[in-house]
Amino acid sequence: MLSVYYAYMVEYRAELLFWVLSGTFPLILMGLWAEAARSGQFDLQPTELVQYFLAVFLVRQFTVVWVIWEFEREVVEGKLSPYLLQPVDPVWRHFFSHVSERFARLPFAFLLVGLFLLLYPQAAWLPSFGNLLLATLATMLAFCLRFLMQYTFALMAFWTERAAALEQFWFLLYTFLSGMIAPLSLFPDAVRAIVLWTPFPYLIYFPASLLINRAEYIVQGFMAMVLWSGLFFILNRWLWRHGLRQYSGMGA
Amino acid sequence: MERYWQVLRLFWSTALSAELEYRANFVIAALTSLSGLIGSIFGLFLFYRTGYQFQGWSWEQALLVLGMFTLLQGFSATVLIPNLNKIVTQVQQGTLDFVLLKPISSQFWLSTRTISPWGLPDIIFGVIIIAYAGYQLGLGWASYLLAVPPLILGAVSLYSLWFMLGATSIWFIKIYNVTEVLRGLLEAGRFPIVAYPVAYQIFFTFVIPVAFLTTVPAQTMLGQGSQGWLLASALLAGVLLIASNRFWQFALRFYTSASS
Repeated sequence: MLSVYYAYMVEYRAELLFWVLSGTFPLILMGLWAEAARSGQFDLQPTELVQYFLAVFLVRQFTVVWVIWEFEREVVEGKLSPYLLQPVDPVWRHFFSHVSERFARLPFAFLLVGLFLLLYPQAAWLPSFGNLLLATLATMLAFCLRFLMQYTFALMAFWTERAAALEQFWFLLYTFLSGMIAPLSLFPDAVRAIVLWTPFPYLIYFPASLLINRAEYIVQGFMAMVLWSGLFFILNRWLWRHGLRQYSGMGA
Repeated sequence: MERYWQVLRLFWSTALSAELEYRANFVIAALTSLSGLIGSIFGLFLFYRTGYQFQGWSWEQALLVLGMFTLLQGFSATVLIPNLNKIVTQVQQGTLDFVLLKPISSQFWLSTRTISPWGLPDIIFGVIIIAYAGYQLGLGWASYLLAVPPLILGAVSLYSLWFMLGATSIWFIKIYNVTEVLRGLLEAGRFPIVAYPVAYQIFFTFVIPVAFLTTVPAQTMLGQGSQGWLLASALLAGVLLIASNRFWQFALRFYTSASS
């Protein structure tokens, strides 16, 4: 399954390049923060911020998920029915198409990071081996969690035609609370304390700070990820069972 | 001209009545844009929290730029995005042929065919922020009026860029990604251009003219902008508009040869 979807993805190389470029939001903010930190009024140095946002960019590249758009179309157009007849749960098709896309995306993402390291050569860094392993694990978990969350929202398509609106709202929270706009250490303390209870910082901030060797509370971070994943998994299966009944109820 | 006006009214009234079927959506749209706004303000606040300032831009002045950005975002959600999606499907399904046969400019048809009220909350919130920041800065009516021409010029530039991207669908057919790239880059317009490092400033002024979309209107409103910027803004809008029309004609040549 993986190799089939990989071949699929490589066919659309030009498109992939655009997808990579569309994730430039962290790079824009990197410029802003690097400039702001030069004033010395923040706790972090410009190079640290450059490193952080490059890590954010990478993590984000590996955790992009779009399952809801495809799933919603399948439900609305009734295309889901033939897939239900197959002996594999339809979710795996989506899952593997996402995973294989990661590999096809890899070269472009690294190219862009290389380009920015040329722009800020003093920011070049190497994660320690242990941290690199942990960061990889955290990124994979983050991808799974994000996929689970979006797939859970996608299941709402059984009841409403515009499940994607839910995801858009969720995505806003994700944008502002995940550490994409600024490292959490620059948030006001009260806000940060609240945000750490939500799943968002573990999607971006946690893996990214592992990658630049500045993570704190590593065990707690992983525990929070597993916990949130479990929660969404239960909700997901419950919705799936009830949703299918609803779906066949529509006579499709 | 008269005919175009009539067609426009017809297009928009049908589009509006179709969209108003989904009134619950309006609540979601309003909620989404409200939280988007809160998030943006929070993002800006993170910079100003410790007493740092974007070079020469106070908190209220930076809010003004954010207001302009929100306004333009609403504009693109209302007019640009729905029409662009239409162009893509029309090219895919070949129904573009019917449009080309109509006795009015095809560019006019394609860029005004529908309108979506879901961008309205953004427009309203944008105006509210601008009014609030303007009030805090003690700006008079004249300042608000001064901001209108550069804002319209910015909107024209934005529209031309979008339309040119839409025209590339003749070759690429699937262009959602391209528009995503543009949208991602436009995000840079949330902040005054001087907040960026020099390399970024050059990029956002000369390559992707984000500076002209939000910073120049805000500057004009504050009475800081020199005549030169306004002139450049007008020039840019004019050039881009003509370019978009030329590019469309050019793209169409490939369409006819590809379809038959």
